[in-house]
Amino acid sequence: MTGGVEAVLFWGLGAVAVAAGIAVFRTDSMARATYALAASFVAVGAQVLFLHLDYVGVVVVLMMVMEMAVMAVYMVMFMGMNPALMPMSMVHSRRTSLGIALGAFLVLGGGALLVPWPSRRGAPALDLTASLGEAVMGSKMLVMLVVSPVLFSTIVAALVLALPRGRYDRLGDDLRRRPADDPQPGGAGR
Amino acid sequence: MTLQAVLVIAAALFAVGLYGAISQQVLVMVMMGLELMVNAVILAAAGLWWFLAPTPDGHVLLLVVVAAMTVEMAMGFAVATVLHRSRGSDMTDMSTDLKR
Repeated sequence: MTGGVEAVLFWGLGAVAVAAGIAVFRTDSMARATYALAASFVAVGAQVLFLHLDYVGVVVVLMMVMEMAVMAVYMVMFMGMNPALMPMSMVHSRRTSLGIALGAFLVLGGGALLVPWPSRRGAPALDLTASLGEAVMGSKMLVMLVVSPVLFSTIVAALVLALPRGRYDRLGDDLRRRPADDPQPGGAGR
Repeated sequence: MTLQAVLVIAAALFAVGLYGAISQQVLVMVMMGLELMVNAVILAAAGLWWFLAPTPDGHVLLLVVVAAMTVEMAMGFAVATVLHRSRGSDMTDMSTDLKR
């Protein structure tokens, strides 16, 4: 692919990503907002692929498509309305938010254009995914050793939060109530 | 395709996400804004990695950002569930208990 075509494609994907991101907060239905966010993520994933990060790009696309599917289920579960038909506009501090967002864009975009970026140091490996795998299993293993308990804690914390009735509901604050206060009695010895 | 182009697009995505995270009332929509912001960070980090120092160190850092995104969405969904269960609502304006 020549540099010109690549640049046009990259800018096109960027425009799609930003436009879809704006559509998330402009559209009148939660379902459309979810699909717009998925489109934005897929466009960014494709841009990441342009930057030769094959593994991360594919992971971002797959993860986000699945997450949007979960999010669509949440809309149906919690929004209490037909998520495809109900118009909505639930915002607060709209003008302040727009001002802050515009200011952030000007500062970040201005910084990106004005900072004298250094030239590239080092050369990419021939097989980037293989070099990532070697780093993760070798010199950067500590990073993954930290990330894995964080992810495990997240699973535990999310389950504890989402649990409808915990042991304190069943056994009282001192955990001594017998038999347990269950909505449906049953189990061994009860 | 230059580093500046990548960073400007990432800045635009970040600003859109910031607007959503500040302005939206529904918790899931706030999460969408946060995710757009993290997505912008992934794009910017990928650009900085490729154009400045394409070594495995930055690649691993990107994996950490992706993991942070996973944690954000899992905890966000859990908080949305507990809020809905305890208050029958998923609006941020109904969850201002820590506000003085």
